Amino acid sequence: MGVKLLLEKAQVEGIRSYEVYRREGGYRAAEKALKTMAPDAVTEEVKKSGLRGRGGAGFPAGMKWSFLAKPEGIPRHLVCNADESEPGTFKDRYLMEFLPHLLIEGLLISSYALGSNATYIYIRGEYAWIPDILEQAIGEAKANGWLGKNILGTGFDCEIYVQRGGGAYICGEETALIESLEGKRGNPRIKPPFPAVKGVWDRPTVVNNVETLAAVVPIINMGGDEYAKIGVGRSTGTKLISACGNINKPGVFEIDMTISVEEFIYSDEYCGGIKNGKRLKACIPGGSSVPILPANLLLKTAKGETRYMNYESLSDGGFATGSMMGSGGFIVLDEDQCVVKNTYTLARFYRHESCGQCSPCREGTGWMEKILKNIDSGKGKMSDIDLLWDIQRKIEGNTICPLGDAAAWPVAAAIRHFRDEFEWHVKNPQECVTRNYGLAHYADPLEVVG
Amino acid sequence: MVQFSEEKMAKVREIIARYPEGKQKSALLPVLHLAQEVYGWLSSETMDYVASLLQIEPIEVYEVATFYSMYNLKPVGKYMFEVCQTGPCMISGSDAIIDYIKQRLGIGVGETTPDGMFTLKTVECLGACGYAPMMQMGKHYKEHLTPEKVDQIIEDCRKQAGQLN
Repeated sequence: MGVKLLLEKAQVEGIRSYEVYRREGGYRAAEKALKTMAPDAVTEEVKKSGLRGRGGAGFPAGMKWSFLAKPEGIPRHLVCNADESEPGTFKDRYLMEFLPHLLIEGLLISSYALGSNATYIYIRGEYAWIPDILEQAIGEAKANGWLGKNILGTGFDCEIYVQRGGGAYICGEETALIESLEGKRGNPRIKPPFPAVKGVWDRPTVVNNVETLAAVVPIINMGGDEYAKIGVGRSTGTKLISACGNINKPGVFEIDMTISVEEFIYSDEYCGGIKNGKRLKACIPGGSSVPILPANLLLKTAKGETRYMNYESLSDGGFATGSMMGSGGFIVLDEDQCVVKNTYTLARFYRHESCGQCSPCREGTGWMEKILKNIDSGKGKMSDIDLLWDIQRKIEGNTICPLGDAAAWPVAAAIRHFRDEFEWHVKNPQECVTRNYGLAHYADPLEVVG
Repeated sequence: MVQFSEEKMAKVREIIARYPEGKQKSALLPVLHLAQEVYGWLSSETMDYVASLLQIEPIEVYEVATFYSMYNLKPVGKYMFEVCQTGPCMISGSDAIIDYIKQRLGIGVGETTPDGMFTLKTVECLGACGYAPMMQMGKHYKEHLTPEKVDQIIEDCRKQAGQLN
């Protein structure tokens, strides 16, 4: 059993309620921070911890906090990004549903560090039942003196509000989220200025993911240095992984980032192996936008070394032979799955979610969807594969926000690693609609496992 | 005529109070959700009413209502089945579930049953990938769907609607 810092108490009966959370040691970190530490000292601990943003980009959280502008007389805000929408990702939902007070405590400590007197949780609209859970926790925290005016007699005031989105993946991008919080369409802003200088209502703003803010609680409890000792290299602490697809035990797991990908997939402590005794074909290890890897490159790097579940190891080999940790949305495909069809559904997703501001993304995602649909349904041409490659290349890096990249990468990686499956579809237009290509020779895990 | 009850108006005031003075436009998404709860969908009249409540131009409401996928711009059935079809759900069998619902309700995607009871929609990832196939029905998710479970859900909806009438 690995270290559990976030989900340790998730199974305790009644942990959603204030009494049980408090009895189990909850709000100890908040007490420590507010009573014994200056705001900057809290930021310093988060810096020392090496905590990286858990939303997908992996940017060091403490450094992000230190960029926050603090002009005299202008209020600052912390915004919690709970717009979890990256296909394959459902870890923040788990945290909010089962450990709402852990998030509220993390928000309180972080608000104190950043000087935010009004903090907002922006949650995806479809998680429609979760605001009730969060508001209940906020009410309990307030009734017990953890929110409101002059908290613990420190003179610090803090209110936390929950805002539901309206259904738009793009609002997970921080500037689109800010626009949405202001009651507008979720069109990302051009940076600079960065939110740390001009964010919501033109005020300095920090936007952090749910899991990132929850992790502040164990960091303050144990100290940044101790937290940094868990994990490996620049992958410090623990990470929540939401695992789904063709595995025996889909769900949310907390890992310390020293376990191998093989252990994560096959161990009963985690995914419990591939469902129905099938073989592993491919995996998207960090949410739908990161490159898909065939089984052989997933379990071992191109150099033949064991691949681990951490930021560095998952990206070993760059995009040529590696992938990314991303949001921790771990999608497993067995030998019966069709990579072309899977890529088509993801292309359709990104076309649906493109905000339409930038032409390469607005037009390109539509083209990719159409071409992939054709190939998947046996109407593709051989030249379509190169055309797809060309389109994704022209989207990547040419848009205001990273949605363009997120749409391009899955298509690029699918062609890079499964080109023969695409070609098979074109060459076998009738057969490809009645059966799948199966396990490609290069994707046979038995060649690399054991 | 579109007019919120006093209870809903109190809620609107509570939402507006979350934001700084003069930034009441921030309340737009939550207030649209509230309006949809009351009226089932957002007619132009409803959107104009929301604009007047927040003291913003009607166009500011239209552009938001048309951007986000959760706002219904035309009437929908009493129960809306929004079935996820993105990658993780697809590899876990969502296509078969969508086909089954179509056949059971005798409608296609985007259609409503003649009795106004059910609307079927396909949607993109709802963040329930580990519990696929799944759909959203109103405020809640229905997960680990099987044909049997779909039958049960349809029957429960009919029962509930019968009791209400």
